[in-house]
Amino acid sequence: MGTLQSLSDEPEYRELAEKTGFSFEQIGILHKRFKQLSHNENTLRRADLDTIPDLACNPIRTQIIEAFFDKRNFHQNGDGTVEEISFEEFLVVMSHFRPPALNMTEEQREKVRREKLRFLFNMHNTDNDGTITLEEYRHVVEELLSRSGALGKETAKGIADAAMLEVASISMGHMEPDEFYEGITFEHFLKILKDIEIETRMNIRFLNMDTTTLCNRDSSSIR
Amino acid sequence: MANYCSSSSMVDLWLTTAAAARQHVCFHLIPRLSGVVPESCLLIVVGLLVGGLIKVIGEEPPVLDSQLFFLCLLPPIILDAGYFLPIRPFTENVGTILVFAVIGTLWNAFFVGGLLYALCQIESVGLTSVDLLACLLFGSIVSAVDPVAVLAVFEKIHINELVHILVFGESLLNDAVTVVLYNLFEEFSKVGTVTVLDVFLGVVCFFVVSLGGVLVGAIYGILAAFTSRFTSHTRVIEPLFVFLYSYMAYLSSEMFHLSGIMALIACGVVMRPYVEANISHKSYTTIKYFLKMWSSVSETLIFIFLGVSTVAGPHAWNWTFVIVTVILCLVSRVLGVIGLTFIINKFRIVRLTKKDQFIVAYGGLRGAIAFSLGYLLSSNHQKRNLFLTAIITVIFFTVFVQGMTIRPLVELLAVKRKKESKPSINQEIHTEFLDHLLTGVEGVRGHYGHYHWKEKVNRFNKIYVKRWLIAGENFMEPELIAFYRKMELKQAIMLVESGQLPSALPSTVSMQNIQARATPRLSKKREEEIRRILRSNLQNNKQRMCSFSYSRHTLFDADEEDNVSQVHLRKMERRVSMMKGRMSHYLTVPADRESPRPGVRRVRFESNNQVFSADSVPTAHFEQPSTPRTPDAVSLEEEVPKRRNLKADGGGPRGTVSDSNQGELNYQRLARCLSDPGPNKVENYPFMS
Repeated sequence: MGTLQSLSDEPEYRELAEKTGFSFEQIGILHKRFKQLSHNENTLRRADLDTIPDLACNPIRTQIIEAFFDKRNFHQNGDGTVEEISFEEFLVVMSHFRPPALNMTEEQREKVRREKLRFLFNMHNTDNDGTITLEEYRHVVEELLSRSGALGKETAKGIADAAMLEVASISMGHMEPDEFYEGITFEHFLKILKDIEIETRMNIRFLNMDTTTLCNRDSSSIR
Repeated sequence: MANYCSSSSMVDLWLTTAAAARQHVCFHLIPRLSGVVPESCLLIVVGLLVGGLIKVIGEEPPVLDSQLFFLCLLPPIILDAGYFLPIRPFTENVGTILVFAVIGTLWNAFFVGGLLYALCQIESVGLTSVDLLACLLFGSIVSAVDPVAVLAVFEKIHINELVHILVFGESLLNDAVTVVLYNLFEEFSKVGTVTVLDVFLGVVCFFVVSLGGVLVGAIYGILAAFTSRFTSHTRVIEPLFVFLYSYMAYLSSEMFHLSGIMALIACGVVMRPYVEANISHKSYTTIKYFLKMWSSVSETLIFIFLGVSTVAGPHAWNWTFVIVTVILCLVSRVLGVIGLTFIINKFRIVRLTKKDQFIVAYGGLRGAIAFSLGYLLSSNHQKRNLFLTAIITVIFFTVFVQGMTIRPLVELLAVKRKKESKPSINQEIHTEFLDHLLTGVEGVRGHYGHYHWKEKVNRFNKIYVKRWLIAGENFMEPELIAFYRKMELKQAIMLVESGQLPSALPSTVSMQNIQARATPRLSKKREEEIRRILRSNLQNNKQRMCSFSYSRHTLFDADEEDNVSQVHLRKMERRVSMMKGRMSHYLTVPADRESPRPGVRRVRFESNNQVFSADSVPTAHFEQPSTPRTPDAVSLEEEVPKRRNLKADGGGPRGTVSDSNQGELNYQRLARCLSDPGPNKVENYPFMS
C-alpha cells in the first residue's frame, strides 16, 4: 500500500527530492513515518515527537525536539520557533543527516560540512545571537551529564569552562588580560571541530525498504 | 643441569640478538634506510644473515618451531593488538571487516587453490601428483592476511583510521576461517573424499570455532574485570592478572581447537574498560609498556626466525608453481576486494573509495602465521617442501615488495592520512553529543539503526554490568567526566615532568577572558569583608582597580600521584618563577579531604600588563564538587620571588592574607583588589595540606 501511494504523489515528491536530495523511495518512507507520528494529520507538533519511546531516555531530547521546530533549520533564513511543522520542513531537517554522495568535489564536501555544523551550532545557540556563550555551553554540558548520574552542576560547569578555554585558546591565541571572549562564533566552532569528520559522522541510514517502520506502525498504536 | 642452562642461555642469546638487531640495525646503523624499508624487511635480512652465518659455521640453523611460535611468540602481539584496539571505528565497521575476513579469505583460498590445481594438471609442470585437496589446503594456508606483518608495515605509514581498521581488523578476524579451513582440508586430504555433509559440517564448524573463541575470550575477560575489582589492596600484581587471564583464554581456546586469536581479542576488548576503571595509573602504565615490549620482542624474533628458516630449508623449488602462486595471490586479493567492496558499498553509509580499496588490497600481507601453518603439515605430506618454499616466497614478496612500496604509493595517491589530533575536551563533548543526537534522530526516523543498538548496549552496560565489574563508586561516572579527569591528570603529570604546561600554541587566554562577565556576584557584605581584610594586610596603599590578569595552574590529584607530584610541583614552580623573574603571588587553597575527589588548586597572580608566555598557559580548572559550605578557611599565601619587578614602584613585602570562605571566593574580584606587590622577599610558606 505504501509504495504505490508514494509513486502517485510524484510531482510533489520531485520538488522535495530536488530540494533535499532524498530519493523518491526515501521520501515515501519518511512520509509514512511523518503520517504515523502526526496521526495522519498534515502537521507535526512537539507533543507528537514527545511520544516516541526511543527518545524518552535521551539526555538531550529537548534540544533534539526543539531543533525540529527551529526555523533556522528550514533553510529559509527564518528565525525563531514554530509550533507545528509540515512534511516539507520535517524533510528539510532530516536532510541534515543525509550522508554525502560519493562523488563530491572538495567544495561540495565543505558545503555539506558547514551545513551540518551549522545545524549543531543552532542547537547550542538557543538565543540566536551568533555566538555560543559560556552559559549556553554550560547548559549543553549539563544536559549531557543530566542522565548519567548526579555529579551536579559544578562538574558540568568545570568541564564547560575548560572547553570554552580551549576554544578561546585555539581561536584567539593571543588575548590581552582585560579582553573578554564573547562566545564561540560559527567560524571558531568550525575550527575546533575540524578534526571530527562531520560529513561522515553525522549521518543516519535512510534505507530504501525498511520493514521496521511497517512493524512500528502497528505496535506504536498499541503502545 | 647443563642442558637446562644451555637451552636457557640459547634463548637468552637469541633474545639479545633480536633486541640488539632491532636497536642497532634499524635505528643506528642505517637510519635513512629504515625510513624507506620497513623494519620487518630489515629484520628478515638480519635473519638471513644470521642463518647464513650459522650454516657457514657448519651448524644446523634452527627453524621457527611452530609450537614456539603459536604458544609464545604470537600471543603477546595479538594481546597488544586486542587490548589497544580502537573500539569505536572497529564497531562502526564490523560488518565490513567481517565480510572481508570471512568471505574474502574463503574466496582467496578457493581461487588460489582451485587455479593451482588446474595448473598442476598441466603435464609440463610436473606436479600432477598434487591433488585438489592438497591444493586447497595450500590455498587456505597462503590466503590469510597476517596481523603481524600488517602491524609492522602499517605502523609507519599512518594511514587514515578507516583503512587501517579495515585491514587490521580483517587480519585479526580471519584466523577463525584459516583455522577451520586448515583443519578441514587436512582431515579431508587424509580421508580422500568430501561429501556434502562434510561441507555442511565445515560451515557449522566455522561458527563453532569463531563464536566459541569469542565466548571463551569474553568469559575470561569478565573474570579478569571482576578480579580487578578487588585488587585495590594489591596494586602490584594487577598487571599480572591481565596477562594471566588473557593467556589462559588463549590456551583454553587452543586446547578446544577454537580460534585462539579471536579469544585473545575478545578478552582484551571485554576486559579493558572495566580493568582500566579499576586499576591504578601505575598498573596501567606497566601493562601498556609490558605489552608493547613483549609484542615488540616477539615481532622481532618472528621476523628474524623467518629469515633463518629460509636459509635452513628444506626447499623444493619449482619455478612455475611458485611464480604462479605469487601472481594468483595478488590477483585473487585484488579481485576479492573489488568485488566485495562493490557489494558492501550498497550497505555502508560512508562508501569506500577506489583509493581505500587499493590500499586494502595492497595491504594484504602474508606473514609468519602462514609459514608456521605450513611447517605444521605432517612431514610425510606430499609436496610439503614445495609448499613451504612457495609460502616463503609469497611472504617475502608481500613483505618486501608490497611493504616497501606501500608508503610511496600512499604518498603518490594522496591517500588520506591519519589526523594527529590531541585529545580535546570539545571534541569529546561533541562526540558524545553527536551520539545522543544521532540516536535521537534515528528514533524520530523510526529505524533501529547502528546508534540505537549502541545506545541499548551502553545502557545495559551501565545498569547491569558496570555495577559488578567496577570497584567502588566509579561505575556511576559518565564517560565525559572520566575523560576529563584523565586529561587533567595527564596535563598535571606533564607539568611536573617538564615544568611547563603542554600547549599546542602559545596562548595568552586565561579563565578571566572567558568569565569576566559571567562570574557570580558576591554578596555586598562579603565583598566588603574581603576588601577590608586585604586592605588591612597590604603594605602598599595604592590600590589599582584595574584588572590583574592571572593564570591558574591546577593540579588534579589522583590517589598515588598525590604527594610526590605536589613536592615536585612546588620545586618546579619555584624554579620557573625564579627563572622568569616575574612577580607572582601564589594563592593556595587547602584541599578538602572530606570530599570524594580532593583537588588542589593553585592560582598565580601576575602583575599588570604582562604578556604570558607558553608556560604560563592555564590548564582547565576543575572545580571541586564540594558545596560552598566547607568548614576550612582559605588562606591566601603569597610568594614573592627575589628578582626585579618590572613595574613595581616600591612597597614592602607582603604578609599573609587569610580568611575567605572558599565556596564563595571570586578570584577575579580578589585579583582586582590586590595591589602591586613589592619585590623584595621570597617567602616560602609551607604547603597547606
